[in-house]
Amino acid sequence: MAKTQLGQEQLEENFADLHPNYTRDEAVVEASRCLFCFDAPCTRACPTHIDVPKFIRQILHDNPIGSAETIFSSNIFGGSCARACPTEVLCEGACVDRAMLKEPVQIGRLQRYATDYAAAREIRFFEPGKDTGKKVAVVGAGPAGLSCAHELRKAGHAVTVFEARDIPGGLNTIGIAAYKISTEFALSELKPILEMGIDLKLSSPVNAAGIADLLKNYDAVFLGIGLGATSRLEIPGEETPGVWEGLDFVFQSHTGPYDECEVGKHVVVIGAGNTAVDCATEAVRLGAEKVTIAYRRSQKEMTAYDYEYELAKADGIHFEWHASPVQFLEKDGRLCGVKFQRVALVGEGREAKLQPVPGGDFVIECDMAVKALGQLPFTELLTAVKGLKVEKGRLIVDRKTGATGVAGLYAGGDCISKGAEIVNAVQEGKIAAWAINDYVKSKGK
Amino acid sequence: MTIRKPDISSNICGIKSPNPFWLASAPPTNSGYQVRRAFEAGWGGAVWKTLTHEPIVNVSSRYGAVDYDGRKVLGLNNIELITDRTLDVNLKEVREVKKDFPNHAVIVSLMVDSKREVWHDIVKKVEDTGCDGLELNFGCPHGMSERGMGSAVGQVPEYTEMVTSWVKEVAKTPVLVKLTPNITDVRHVGRAAKRGGADGISLINTINSIMGVDLNTLAPRPQVAGRGSHGGYCGPAVKPIALNMVQSIAADKEIQLPISGIGGIQAWQDAVEFLLLGATTVQVCTAVMHYGYRIVETMISGLENWMREKGYAKISDFQGATVAKVGDWADLDLSYKVVAEIDQNKCIHCGLCYIACEDGAHQSIRMTTITEEEFAKRNGNGGPASVEFSGGKRVISGSGDGRVNIFEIKQDTCVGCNMCSLVCPVSNCITMVERESGLPKMSWRQYTEKLAKGEVEKIQPPVHV
Ligand SMILES: Cc1cc2nc3c(=O)[nH]c(=O)nc-3n(C[C@H](O)[C@H](O)[C@H](O)COP(=O)(O)OP(=O)(O)OC[C@H]3O[C@@H](n4cnc5c(N)ncnc54)[C@H](O)[C@@H]3O)c2cc1C
Ligand SMILES: Cc1cc2nc3c(=O)[nH]c(=O)nc-3n(C[C@H](O)[C@H](O)[C@H](O)COP(=O)(O)O)c2cc1C
Ligand code: SF4
Ligand code: SF4
Ligand code: SF4
Repeated sequence: MAKTQLGQEQLEENFADLHPNYTRDEAVVEASRCLFCFDAPCTRACPTHIDVPKFIRQILHDNPIGSAETIFSSNIFGGSCARACPTEVLCEGACVDRAMLKEPVQIGRLQRYATDYAAAREIRFFEPGKDTGKKVAVVGAGPAGLSCAHELRKAGHAVTVFEARDIPGGLNTIGIAAYKISTEFALSELKPILEMGIDLKLSSPVNAAGIADLLKNYDAVFLGIGLGATSRLEIPGEETPGVWEGLDFVFQSHTGPYDECEVGKHVVVIGAGNTAVDCATEAVRLGAEKVTIAYRRSQKEMTAYDYEYELAKADGIHFEWHASPVQFLEKDGRLCGVKFQRVALVGEGREAKLQPVPGGDFVIECDMAVKALGQLPFTELLTAVKGLKVEKGRLIVDRKTGATGVAGLYAGGDCISKGAEIVNAVQEGKIAAWAINDYVKSKGK
Repeated sequence: MTIRKPDISSNICGIKSPNPFWLASAPPTNSGYQVRRAFEAGWGGAVWKTLTHEPIVNVSSRYGAVDYDGRKVLGLNNIELITDRTLDVNLKEVREVKKDFPNHAVIVSLMVDSKREVWHDIVKKVEDTGCDGLELNFGCPHGMSERGMGSAVGQVPEYTEMVTSWVKEVAKTPVLVKLTPNITDVRHVGRAAKRGGADGISLINTINSIMGVDLNTLAPRPQVAGRGSHGGYCGPAVKPIALNMVQSIAADKEIQLPISGIGGIQAWQDAVEFLLLGATTVQVCTAVMHYGYRIVETMISGLENWMREKGYAKISDFQGATVAKVGDWADLDLSYKVVAEIDQNKCIHCGLCYIACEDGAHQSIRMTTITEEEFAKRNGNGGPASVEFSGGKRVISGSGDGRVNIFEIKQDTCVGCNMCSLVCPVSNCITMVERESGLPKMSWRQYTEKLAKGEVEKIQPPVHV
C-alpha cells in the first residue's frame, strides 16, 4: 500500500466539482425551462418539500437571494443537498419536463446557483426565536441533529449538541465523495447554523447512561447518531493489510490532504451500492490504475442509482457481476488478491438466492480491497436505553413526529432509516423539532 | 400529380417584387451596402430609411427591449430619428442599387417639413433615381413629431390628406402612406390618405412607449444621460395590434387601397396572417435587427410550403381571405358552444390548466389525487409520464410524495373560454370541442330583437361554484 502517486495539482483537478456552478445566464436559461407547475411534483418529491417552482422563478426574475431564502426555509442544508442529492430519483425524477422533453429541469444545479450566491455574500436569513426558557439536548451533529437544532433555535429553545467526533457535520462533512461536497464547503454551510446560538460540544460521545442523564437534565432529547462502521464480510483474511473499510477510505479524502491519501494500484471494491461507486471513483481519482467493482448479484439488482453507475462507467471502472468474495489472499504480509466464487441467481429481484456455480472460483489480483457494505446500526447503545426498540437495523419512531417509545426522546436521520440521504435526515430533524416544540411547550402547562 | 413551387411574386399598386417580403424603412435599409446585401439574401423589396433634406442628429443610447422570462427582444423600442446621412449620398446609392436590382422593389421613405415646395422638391429628386415608389412617413412617433413631422402629420387626418395631395401633384411613381398606430381609430387617417390620392397604405409604424426603468439608476430605458423620451415600440409583441389595424383598413368600404402590412413579423406564419387579413406585401424591421437578413430564407420556404400544402398557386389565391371573417361582436353566433377536453394520454400533470381555471377563469377543472400505484396501473406504458427505475427506486415524472394529480374538465360548467388550452404546455393535449348548446342559431343582434318580441327565452347566466 502506498500514498497516491499523483501530484497536488492533478489531485485538485480530479477532485474538482463534478458540476461547476452555473453562471447567471446559464441559470436564467435553465430556469426558463421550468413550467411553474401547480402543486408541483418536484416539490412533493423533495423530502424537505422545497418550493421548487418558487425558487426557480426567483432565479428567473434575478432574485437569487430570495431564491436562497426559499430553499433554506425548507432545508438548511440546501447547499449540500444541491450538490449531493440523488435528484434523479427525487425532484428531477418527478419533473414533468422529463415526460415532455425527456430531460428534467436541472433543479439541483439551480439550487446550487441560488444557495452559493447567498452564501458568497454571507447573507443570514434566520434569527433565533424569543427565549422560551426550555432546553433541548441533541446527540450527533450530522444533518439530522443540526437541522433539528436549527429549527429549535428558531423557536427560541436553548440547544446543546453533543458530537462524538472532533468535527461537526457528520457524514455530510467527511463521508460524501469529495468531488460532490468538499470538507471546506460542508463546514462553511454549518457556520450560519451554529451562529444561531447552538452550544456545540465536540469530542463528546454520549453512551446509554448519558442519554438517561440528558433526559433528566433537559426538557427533551433528540438522537441523530447516524450509523456506525460498515458490516464485516466474515471471510478469511479480512485483517490483511490492504483490506479497507469503505468509510475509512472515503474519510481520508476529507480528513487529510489529497496527497496523503492511500490508494492501491489495482483496487477491488466489494459491493454495488452508492458507497461502492463513491469508493471506486475516488480510487480512480487518487490514481489507481485499475479499479473493479465486484458484486454478488447483477447490474439489475445493484442499489447504486443509474447516474452513479454511469459515472463509474465513465471513470473506466470494471464491473464483475455474480462474484461472491470468499477470501482475501495474502503474500509477504500484504494483500495480493481476492478470491471469488461465481454465483448464479435463482429467483427474481433482490430476494433471489445465490447459488455457487460449480468450479466457478477465480481470483482478482489487487493490492487494495475496499469493503463498501452497508453501515451497521448502533444497536448495542440504543437497546441499552430502556424503552427504545431497534428492528431490522432501524430505531423505531413515529414517522410523523420522530417520537420514540420514551417520553421526551426523539430521533431522526440514518439511525431511524438505516441509511438514506442527507435530505431525509434534514427533514426528519425538522419534523422532530416541531414535535419537540409542541412537547416542551405543553410540558410547562 | 407533381406539386410545383407556388408563385410568390407580388404586385402592390404596380410595384412588383419577386416575393412579398420587404424590409421596412429602418436601420436595415440605411445604406446601399445594406440593401444590396438584403436583396442578395432574398428580400423582395426594401423601403429605404426615411430621407429628408438635411441629415438629422441622433443621441446615444437609442434602443430598449422587453425580454420575457429568458427570451430576448419580444419587443423593441427606439428613440432614433430618420436618416443621418446626406440626401446626395442616399440618392446616389438608391440609383445604383435600383440599376443593379431591376426586379426588386426599391421604395423610398420620405419625411420633410410640411411645406408644399419642400415636398415637391424632394419627390422630384427622389423619383429621378429610378426608384419604384414612395412611402410617406407620417408615423414616426418620437423626435420628428415634436418638429411637426411624422406622427404629428399622421395623427391629424386633414394634414395627412393635405401632404398626400401635395406629393401626388408631382409624383409619377405609386405613393404609399405609412400610418401611425398612435391614434384611436386608424381608419380616419386611412380615409384621409385616400382622399389625398394615396395609391396604397403601409402600417403600422411604431407605438409610443417607455420600455422600462433601470432599477439601479431609476432612469428610464433607453436612457440618454439619465433621461429618456417616449420611444417607438415594435417587434413580435406588437403583431396583434398591427393585425387589428391592417384588417380594419382592409375592411373599410371607403379606403379600398392595397396594404403593405408591418409590425412584429418574425416568422413566415406572421407574414401569412398579415396577407390573410388584407396585406399585399409585408415589411419587417425588428426581426432583421435581431437576427440579420438571413431570416428571409425561412420566411420564403415557410410560405411556399404552406401554400403547397393548402393548394394555393399564387398569393392572390388566399390574400385577404380572412378580412370578412372579422366583424362586430354583435354578429357572433351565441348558439355556438365549445368546451375543453383533456387527453389523459398526453397530460404530464403540471396542474397549469387547473390553477388557470381555478384562479383566473371559471373553476371548471377538477383535481383528484391518486396514488402512484393506482396511476402506474391505469397508465401502463401508455401515457407520457416516463416510469423509470434507478437503484431499485421507481420514479415517475409528474408524481411526487407517492401521488399524482389528475385533471378533468367539468364540462357542465366550462364556459369554453380557451384559457386552459392556452396555458397547457403539451400540444393538442387540451382541445376545445364543439357541443350542442340547445340554443337556436342567432347573433346578439338577432337575440335582442327576438327577446323584445318575446320570441326567445332569456339566456340564463352560467353556473358558478
Ligand atoms: C459513503 C457515503 C456516501 C454518501 N453519499 C451521499 C450522497 O451523495 N448524497 C446524500 O444525500 N447522502 C449520501 N450519503 C448518506 C448521508 O451521508 C446520510 O444519510 C446523512 O449524513 C445522515 O445524517 P445523520 O445526521 O442521520 O447521520 P450522520 O451524518 O452519520 O451524523 C451522525 C453524527 O452523530 C455522531 N454520533 C454518533 N454516535 C454518537 C454518540 N454516541 N454520541 C455523540 N455523537 C455521536 C457521529 O459522529 C456523526 O457526526 C452517503 C453516505 C455514505 C456512507
Ligand atoms: C430603430 C428603428 C428605426 C426606425 N426608423 C424608421 C424610419 O426612419 N422610418 C419609418 O417609416 N419607420 C421607422 N421605423 C419603424 C419600422 O419601419 C416599422 O414600422 C416598425 O418597426 C414595425 O415593424 P417591426 O415590428 O417589424 O419592427 C423604425 C423602427 C426602428 C426599430
Ligand atoms: S416539475 Fe419541473 S417544470 Fe414543474 S415546477 Fe418542478 S421543476 Fe418546474
Ligand atoms: S375553457 Fe375556460 S372555463 Fe373551460 S375549463 Fe378551460 S379555463 Fe375553465
Ligand atoms: S395543463 Fe395540460 S399537461 Fe398540464 S395538467 Fe393540464 S392538461 Fe395536463
